[in-house]
Amino acid sequence: MTVNIIGLARDVYKGLPTTLCAGCGHNSITNHLIKALYEYGVEPHKLAKMSGIGCSSKTPAYFVDQAHGFNGVHGRMPSAATGAKLANRELLVLGISGDGDTASIGIGQYAHMIRRNLDCVYMIENNGVYGLTKGQFSATADLGSTLKNGTINEFAMIDVCGLAIELGATFVARSFSGDGKQLVPLIQAAIAHRGTAVLDIISPCVTFNDHVGSTKSYAYVKDHELVANMPDFIRPREEITVDYEPGTVQSIELDNGSHVLLRKIDTNYDATSRIGAMQAIHDARGKGEFLTGLLFVDADVPDLCEKERMTATPLKDLGEADLRIGREDWAKLFA
Amino acid sequence: MQRVINDFTIRVATVNGSGSQSSNLVLTNAIFSLGVPVAPKNVFPSNIEGLPTWFDVRVTSKGYQCRTRDIDVLVGLNAATWRTDVASVKAGGTIVHEATYPVAGETLREDLTYYAVPFNELAKANFTDGNLRKYLLNMIYVGVLAELLGIDEATIEAAIGKQFKSKPKALATNMEAARIGFVYAREHLKKNDPFAIERMSGKTEGRLFMDGNRAAALGCIMGGCTVVAWYPITPSSSLCENFIALAEKYRVDKATGEKNVAIVQAEDELAAIGMVLGAGWAGARSMTSTSGPGLSLMAEWAGYGYYAELPAVIFDVQRAGPSTGLPTRTMQGDVSFAYHLSHGDTKHIVLLPATVADAYEMAMEAFDLADRFQTPVFVLSDLDLGMNSWITEPLAYPEQPFDRGKVLSADDLAKIDAWGRYRDVDHDGIPYRTLPGTNHANAGYFTRGTGHDEQARYSELPDVWERGLDRLIRKHDTARTVVPKPAIEESGAPVALLAYGTTHHAVVEARDALRADGIDVDYLRVKALPCSPEIAAFISRHERVYVVEQNRDAQLYTLLRAELPNHLVARIRSIRHYNGVPIDAHAIIDPLLAAEREPAVVAE
Repeated sequence: MTVNIIGLARDVYKGLPTTLCAGCGHNSITNHLIKALYEYGVEPHKLAKMSGIGCSSKTPAYFVDQAHGFNGVHGRMPSAATGAKLANRELLVLGISGDGDTASIGIGQYAHMIRRNLDCVYMIENNGVYGLTKGQFSATADLGSTLKNGTINEFAMIDVCGLAIELGATFVARSFSGDGKQLVPLIQAAIAHRGTAVLDIISPCVTFNDHVGSTKSYAYVKDHELVANMPDFIRPREEITVDYEPGTVQSIELDNGSHVLLRKIDTNYDATSRIGAMQAIHDARGKGEFLTGLLFVDADVPDLCEKERMTATPLKDLGEADLRIGREDWAKLFA
Repeated sequence: MQRVINDFTIRVATVNGSGSQSSNLVLTNAIFSLGVPVAPKNVFPSNIEGLPTWFDVRVTSKGYQCRTRDIDVLVGLNAATWRTDVASVKAGGTIVHEATYPVAGETLREDLTYYAVPFNELAKANFTDGNLRKYLLNMIYVGVLAELLGIDEATIEAAIGKQFKSKPKALATNMEAARIGFVYAREHLKKNDPFAIERMSGKTEGRLFMDGNRAAALGCIMGGCTVVAWYPITPSSSLCENFIALAEKYRVDKATGEKNVAIVQAEDELAAIGMVLGAGWAGARSMTSTSGPGLSLMAEWAGYGYYAELPAVIFDVQRAGPSTGLPTRTMQGDVSFAYHLSHGDTKHIVLLPATVADAYEMAMEAFDLADRFQTPVFVLSDLDLGMNSWITEPLAYPEQPFDRGKVLSADDLAKIDAWGRYRDVDHDGIPYRTLPGTNHANAGYFTRGTGHDEQARYSELPDVWERGLDRLIRKHDTARTVVPKPAIEESGAPVALLAYGTTHHAVVEARDALRADGIDVDYLRVKALPCSPEIAAFISRHERVYVVEQNRDAQLYTLLRAELPNHLVARIRSIRHYNGVPIDAHAIIDPLLAAEREPAVVAE
């Protein structure tokens, strides 16, 4: 039987059968996620799968059945994820959200999770539409895109990547549900990153947002993707076996000595420039395109647990002797 | 003139932001240090500087801790409220006031004694720093009043020393200001009022002042709370601020600087409760503190915590509502809201502290109950308890270990074939749980607010849903027998009072006063919801039970009516107080006597 580096079969990383529509982009993302976790060798018991409400937020049921899952309330997953990580900093917190969950009802918690640099992977399955309530626009729908019934979106879109970079995010990537070659290493790099890793994944909704006039349909997305870079994830001490042309690769060291190698594709993209990333995102959007790849990374910012100077021991494991004031000090309090 | 010794109330009327709080505390501590019990009540505005504020120091040889409506001694230092302040003083009272205030017409009362003191002039003549002057002016009043009441300079100096022990420079100038007051009073005022403080014994020895928010913070530390998420809101902020200060001192490894705690100032109360629930899910003891508006925002998550069964501790330091209401005034207005917080069939465990010791003990107990019942536990304090100082015994060191409830470890899982997160194995409604991170292939389960079966699998089946709700109410009924039992004082009287929280202190005085008039009333103090069986039993032993509370809508009374057996419902009556200032004994005695005189009118 084939196993991964921690000796687990790929089946361990699977979950319940999906209950989403056939052809939903989210299902592809789940498959890529399973591959990424399996290849990375994530320990199932350390994984905390967290989500809010919506089609996207059902995803945690569809992978790593053994792991603990937490399907919270709408738009508030980041707060629950924050609490879980503070209680047990050894957990790999993997949040899965959608565009309504993140950019509308949950935009406040999204923003504050980012500015705290909570160590987690935060995946947004972004289809520009509310699926579970049958097809209303979300806040990531592009200006001028249409609903199935012809309604035109007259409001500015919220770019969750641009917003994240502005808020001080330390890892921001965008990809497409159909592009496993790009998405799998991005997920792995996101896991290795210490801090909030935002992955905005355009994921067409085949039922409510895959028509002509939608800017999040399969057809539109395939025609309008602008690839900033293609990542390769290199685990710690792993040898780089592929030859790259000099000057075509940007190597970025992540936590634990792993690396992400970014092969430059369309542009001379620098993923360590916050301003450059903002500029490139805006430029692409201005042309009706969307930019994919690892858009921005800064691996040297302390995460929330470090900022809080928390002990290495998970707080949940501390007992009376660690937590109570000693008897002598107690007596002094009332002297 | 009959002297009034150790039983009168001083009201200091000032402007907030003028440093009067320090002076008021010096006066309070000085009297307390003479062995005389005091009950300070701060009636302050929702404002940082410039609005009227009142500080009542009730001097009470019997040790009553509730507010009184009888003001005997007024220190008038606010021109804006001077007229109404004069009117607030009880006949026979006395007034120390800024000399430039008019004493004529309605401010000239024949039944009062006046002492005009040129506070502004004294401050101006003695202190050159204009900023400092307004603060020191307040300390001058302390000197004047101390001299009039017979408190010696050494006692005041000791109290100032305590107040400013970390600020030697402020200590010296404040001492000087107090002395200016003493000297002025000695040289210019002729004592012509009956009020005096005299050293006494037997009431304050070994005791100290503490506010409920600090006591609750100490309870959180001793109760093993490791994750705090909060959003500042009056009157709860000082609870978390006290926790932060204590954590900085007692939860930091001196060598490494590493902390055994995580404290997050959240972006709002929705995030605060979300963090607390996430931390509880992952196995940490976690809490947030808030007040009414914050509680409103927490409603959705609260229902999630109830249904997904996650431990959490939520302190609600109640203030006057509805809406923004009176942020700096007190109320017991969130009882029914907290008990049912969230949509659907939701019922929570609610603890109702009345004293500083309660705030401490119940904080610790809340964490045990939250873990044991795997549910959010609400501790309903109020502004009066949380922010005013109360006389208390030193808080007792906890002798019991934490009760972490039914948590299965990897070793436990290795010994059993299967388990179900929401199975009622022990027939008490309380299931077993595992924590994320537990290294066993069977440990994981899916926590959700959607319908689920005993294995935590999504389900919309009618019988599964109903079974889940039935188990939750079974758990709630188990809690009835485990939450703190009511305190009962009973001597066979036909009439009783039933109260909770800070209303307790007014009940104590009211019962004494009624007893002095030959009327005995029994008393039950509710300490928690759901109602213990002892409550109905107590009511069944009485003909009439008056439920006293500080809200308009008779919230506990209404809850009791819903829960009591039919034949007992007619025995309970309601007495309410809801003007924002703490309840006093008359607010109980007057309606009680009126109702008892005309029982036919109030009978249901």
